Amino acid sequence: MLNDPKNYSENIKPFQPKIPYFMNCLKAFLVGGFICLAGQCFQTLYISLFHFTKQTAGDPTAATLILISSLMTGFGFYDKLARFGGAGSIVPVTGFANSITSAALEHKNEGVVLGIATNLFSLAGAVIVFGVVSAAVLGMIRLFIEQIF
Amino acid sequence: MSKVRKQTWRFDHPIYLAATGTAVGPLEARGPLSGNFDKAYNSLNCGEKDWIEAERALMRRAISYCLAKAGKQEGDMDLFLAGDLTDQTVTSNFIAKENRVPFIGMFGACSTSMETLAAGAQLVDSGYADNVLCAVSSHNATAERQFRNPTEYGGPLNLTQTFTVTGAGAAIVTKERGKVRVCEATIGRVIDWGIGDPNNLGSAMAPAAADTIWTHFQDTGRVPDDYDLIVTGDLSSVGTPILKELLIEKGLDISNVHQDCGLMIYSSDQPVGAGGSGCACSAVVTYGYLYKRLAEGSLKRVLVVATGALLNKATPKQKDTIPCIAHGVVLETAKEGDQ
Repeated sequence: MLNDPKNYSENIKPFQPKIPYFMNCLKAFLVGGFICLAGQCFQTLYISLFHFTKQTAGDPTAATLILISSLMTGFGFYDKLARFGGAGSIVPVTGFANSITSAALEHKNEGVVLGIATNLFSLAGAVIVFGVVSAAVLGMIRLFIEQIF
Repeated sequence: MSKVRKQTWRFDHPIYLAATGTAVGPLEARGPLSGNFDKAYNSLNCGEKDWIEAERALMRRAISYCLAKAGKQEGDMDLFLAGDLTDQTVTSNFIAKENRVPFIGMFGACSTSMETLAAGAQLVDSGYADNVLCAVSSHNATAERQFRNPTEYGGPLNLTQTFTVTGAGAAIVTKERGKVRVCEATIGRVIDWGIGDPNNLGSAMAPAAADTIWTHFQDTGRVPDDYDLIVTGDLSSVGTPILKELLIEKGLDISNVHQDCGLMIYSSDQPVGAGGSGCACSAVVTYGYLYKRLAEGSLKRVLVVATGALLNKATPKQKDTIPCIAHGVVLETAKEGDQ
C-alpha cells in the first residue's frame, strides 16, 4: 500500500534505482589510482631531476597536482572527471583543490573580498576544521603517552 | 467565475493563450523536443557574463518572442505574473523592472509555471485584467548554485537526482480569441509524506501530483480517457512510476495518457540523471511543444500538472522533510463557437 503517508519512505524503496556499488568502487579505484600514479610520477621526477629527497618532494608534488586540478576546474573538465570517478576524484588533494577553485569561480562576480575570499572555503572549510581539530587532539594524546612512558 | 467543488476553477469566459514564447539552453536544444522552441542558445552563458545575467536573458527573450507573436507591446499588458528559482525570485523582479508592467511575483518552486498561468487566467476571467503576461525561468547553473554546490564542483550524480532545465517560457492570457484555450485549473495542496532527501525530489513530489490529479478528476467528474495527455512537471524516472502506482491504488489509471516533462525534454543518452526539473521544465514543454500540438489540433485536451518542491538549501540540513505542491491547468484546442 503506497498511499500511506506514515510509511511512504519505506514503501517506495522498490521504486528507487539500485546503486551500482561495485561499478562505483571500480571507477573510484581507477580514477583515484590514476591521480595517485600521476602524483608518484611527479615525485619521482622531482627527486631525479631537481635533487629533492623523498621527504621534501612531497610539497612540490602536491602543489603540482593542485595546480593541474585547479586549471582543470577552470576549464570545466574536473566536474566531468568527478562525475565518472566519484570518491576517486573527491578524496585526493585534487578534489580539495577543486572544491576551493569551484567556490572561487562561483562567487567571482560578488567581488574579491566578499565574494571569493568569503566563500573560498565554503565547501573545504569542514575539511580544514576537522583536520586541525583532529591533529590537535592526536597531538595531545601523543604528548600524554610520551609523558607517561 | 465558478468554483467546481473544492479545488478546481472552471473559467466562465473563454480564456485563451494569445501566444507563447520559449528560450532554452544548449542541452535542451539537442533533446527530443528540439525545434519546438523559439530560441536556442549555443552556450550555457547565453552570451552574458555570468549565470544570473544568462537566466535574465532567457526570460527576456522568451517574453519578447511571446509579445512579437501576439502582435502586442509591453504597454498592452495589464499584469505580469512571474517567478523563478533564484533567491527572492530576482530574475523575475529584474525583468519586471525592465518591462514596467504591474507585477505580482509568484513562487511555487517548479510549479510556478502553472501557478502563474492559473492565476493569470483567473484574473482575466474575473475582469481584473485584459492581458496578463505569465513567465517563468530556470537555469541549470543558478539552480545548482542556489540549491546544491558550485557549478564546477565535482561530485557524482546521484541516480535519483534531477537536472535543472535551462530555459524560460512566457505566455499571454487574454479573452481575445486564440488557438489554445485555458479551461480549468486545479490548485494543489501542500503535501509532505516525509521524504527529506533533496536529491530525490521525484519521490517527494509524487504524492502531491497524485493528490492534485485525483482531486481534479473528483472535481470535474471526468476520466483519464477524456484527456489526450496528462503531463506532470518534473517527477523524473523515479517519481513517475510512483505517481502511477499511487493513483492505480485509488482506482485511477492514467498510465495510457501520462508523460512527464522531465523525461520528454531530454533523451535517455543525455547526462541528466533521473530527468529534467525546474520551473522551465514544464514551461518550455507546455509553451513550446504542447502549445504547438494543441494549436494544430493533434492534441485536443491536455492536463498540465506542474510539480514543485518547496525547500531551500538549509531546510534539508535542519532535518526538515520536503513539502511539495502541484498545480494543474487544463488546456484545450480552441473550437468554433466557444462561449
